[in-house]
Amino acid sequence: MSEISYRDAIRKALIDHLSVDHDAVILGEDLIPQGGSFGVHKGLDEMFPGRLLETPIAEGAIVSIALGYAMTGKTAVAEIMFGDFLTCCMDEIVNQAAKIRYMSGGQADTPLVVRAPVGLAKNIGAQHSQTFEAWFAHVPGLVVALPSTPADAGGLLATALVSRDPVLFLENKMLYPAKGEMADADYAVPFGSARVARDGDDLSVIALGRMVPIALEAAEVLADEGFSLEIVDPRTVAPLDFETIFTSVEKTSRALVVEEATAFCSVGSEIAATISECRFMSLDGPVRRLSSPHVPKPFTPPLETLAIPGRDDIVALARRMLAGQA
Amino acid sequence: MSNAGHDSDDMPILALGPEPSSEQLLEGYRNILLIRRFEETALYQSTQAAVHGTLHLYIGQEACAAGVCVHLNERDYVASHHRGHGHSLAKGARADRMMAELFGRVDGYCRGKGGSMHIADFSRGMLGANGIVAAGIGLAAGAALSHKQAGTDGVAVAFFGDGASTRGPFHEVANIAALWKLPLVLVCENNGYAQWVPHEQNLAVKDVYRMACAYGMPSRAVDGNDFVEVCRAAGAAVERARRGEGPSLIECKTYRIYGHSLGDMNVYRTKEDIDAWRAPDKDPLLRLESLLESNGLLDAERRDAMHAEIKQMMEEAVEFAKSSPYPEADALYEDVTEVTPVRRPAADFDAENAHE
Ligand SMILES: Cc1ncc(C[n+]2csc(CCOP(=O)(O)OP(=O)(O)O)c2C)c(N)n1
Ligand SMILES: [Mg+2]
Repeated sequence: MSEISYRDAIRKALIDHLSVDHDAVILGEDLIPQGGSFGVHKGLDEMFPGRLLETPIAEGAIVSIALGYAMTGKTAVAEIMFGDFLTCCMDEIVNQAAKIRYMSGGQADTPLVVRAPVGLAKNIGAQHSQTFEAWFAHVPGLVVALPSTPADAGGLLATALVSRDPVLFLENKMLYPAKGEMADADYAVPFGSARVARDGDDLSVIALGRMVPIALEAAEVLADEGFSLEIVDPRTVAPLDFETIFTSVEKTSRALVVEEATAFCSVGSEIAATISECRFMSLDGPVRRLSSPHVPKPFTPPLETLAIPGRDDIVALARRMLAGQA
Repeated sequence: MSNAGHDSDDMPILALGPEPSSEQLLEGYRNILLIRRFEETALYQSTQAAVHGTLHLYIGQEACAAGVCVHLNERDYVASHHRGHGHSLAKGARADRMMAELFGRVDGYCRGKGGSMHIADFSRGMLGANGIVAAGIGLAAGAALSHKQAGTDGVAVAFFGDGASTRGPFHEVANIAALWKLPLVLVCENNGYAQWVPHEQNLAVKDVYRMACAYGMPSRAVDGNDFVEVCRAAGAAVERARRGEGPSLIECKTYRIYGHSLGDMNVYRTKEDIDAWRAPDKDPLLRLESLLESNGLLDAERRDAMHAEIKQMMEEAVEFAKSSPYPEADALYEDVTEVTPVRRPAADFDAENAHE
C-alpha cells in the first residue's frame, strides 16, 4: 500500500500495463512532452519510446484508428482531452466500437480504452464541464467506468487495459489531485462490482463519480446528528452492480441517488427506477434523486456553484428523508 | 512518427506498377466472375424472400476489388463499406458463409447477426463491411498502424465511395495516415453517385484523387472497369506501403449497374445511361475476358470449366445457407460484451416478464 494521487494511480496503471503488453499503444492530443491536457502521461514517452502516438486534433480519427488497431487484437488507449469532446467521436464509439463484437458474431475482440476527463471544474463554461456516462451506458456493448478514488482509478483502469471490450473510462477532472491508498501490485478492480464506501443503517446514498467524496462529507455531518448513512459507489455504471445496491437498500429502507449529471434520462434515474421496480417492498419512502439542474453549466462562480449538487444539498435532502418528510 | 515534410504544392502522382502476370490476370477474372455470380444469386434469393433485408449490389465495380486484392495476402487487412460483398470475396471470404449470413443463418460469418452490411471475416483480415459511410477508413488506418508498430511489411486497404470522400473521417484519417506514413491504401470507388446524387452535385472538385494532394499523398485516377489498370495502380500503392513509404490514394472511376439498394427505381438516370456501362467495352468481366482470350490465356474450354465451377459453388452456397438453422433465441444476448453485460434485474413481482 502506498499513498497515491488519482492522477498518478492512472499513470501507474498505464505504466504497469505498457511494461508487460508490448503491443499496447496510446493515442491522443498533446501527449508529448506535456503528458496530455491533465498531465497523466508525463514522462511516458521516454519510458516507452514509440508507444505514445501524438495525434492531430481529430477525435473521430483518434478513436477509429485506435479501434482499428484494437480490431487486430492489440490494446489501444485513446485519450480524449475533455469528456465534452466525446461528441466528436460518437460514431466511432457508438456505431463502431460498441457493435463490432456483436455484428461480427463474436469474431472480433475490441480491446479499446477511451479515457476522458469529465465533470465540472472551475469556471470553464458549458463545453468543458459535462459528464456523459448516461450516453454511453445507454449503448449495449460498452463498459463505462466512473472511478471516484485513486484505488478505483488505478484498479479499474488495470482491468480496462486487459479487457477485450471497449471501455469508456471517465475520470473526474476535479479528482486528479485527490490522494488515497492503493496497493503497489495486484490492484485491479473488477467491473460490475460496487464498493460500499461507508457502512450505515439509516439511508443508502448511491453516489456516482465525484459525488462519492461529497456524499462522504455529508455523511460526516449527519453522523454528528446521530444519523448513519451508507454510501455505495457503483464504480462502473455499465455493467452496474444492482445486487450491492439492493443489499444496502434492504438494510436501510431508504435510498437517495446522487449524481453530477442532469437527472433527465440519467444513470441515477435508471438506478432509482430499478430500486423502485425491484425493491419497492423494502422501501419506507420514495427513492429520491439529487442531480445537477437541467441547464448548461454557467461560467460565473455564483451560478456555477448552484449548477452542481454540493455537500449541503445532500445533507438537507437526507435530513428530510430521514424525518419522513421527503 | 515523423512529419512527411511534404510540399503541398506538388501533385504527387502515383506511378503505375508492372503489368499483371498471367496468374494475376486469371485470378482477377475468377474473382470478378465469382463476385458477379454471387450477387446475381443473392439478388435472385432476395426475390424469393430467402435473403433478408436490402442489398447494395456491387455489379459493375468488380474490377476494383479484384484488382486491388490480387496484391494482398492473409496478413493484410481490408475495411469496406455498405457495398462490401466484392471486397469480402476478393479477400478470400467463403461464398457459402456469406450467403448464409444474407439468409440470417447461424453458419453465416456473423452467425446471422450482421447481415449484408456487416459481413466480416477476421480470419482473413476482412475487418468488415460497414453501415456508416466513411467509417471503415479509420479502421483500416488503425489496422495499418498495427502492422507499422509491429514492424511487419503488412498493409491495410480502405475501400470507400465517392460519397465518403465528402465526410470528415476521410479527411481526418488521410491527414494522419500521411503524417505517420501508415502502410495504407485508400481506394475510392467513384461510381458516379452517392446514393442518388451524381458526384458533380456533391464534390467541389471533379476528381476525388486530387484531394490526396492536400495531404501530400501520391494518388491517381484509373479506369475502375479495367482490371489491368486497377491492378497496376494498386500494385504500386501496395508496394509503396510495404516499403514504409506511406499511404496512397487510388480513385477508380466506375459505375454501379444496379440501384443504390434494392427497390431503387433509378429515376435519376436513364436506361441508356446504364446500358452504355453494360457494353462489352465497359463491363469489367467482358473486358478482362476478351483480353484473356486475345492473349491466349483463356480458351473456351477453360472458360466453361471456370463458369461451371462457380455456378456449382453458388448452388452449394445456397444449399449451405438453406440448410443452416436460424440462431436460437439465446443468441440474442451473446457476444454483446465479454464481461457480464448490462442486465436489468427482474422486479420482485414480475419475474416472468423480466427484461433478461
Ligand atoms: C454517415 C452516413 N450518412 C448517410 C448514410 C446513408 N447512405 C448509405 S450509402 C449512401 C451513399 C454513399 O455513397 P458512396 O460513398 O459514393 O458509396 P456508393 O453507395 O456509391 O457505393 C448514403 C447516403 C450512411 N449510411 N451513413
Ligand atoms: Mg458512389
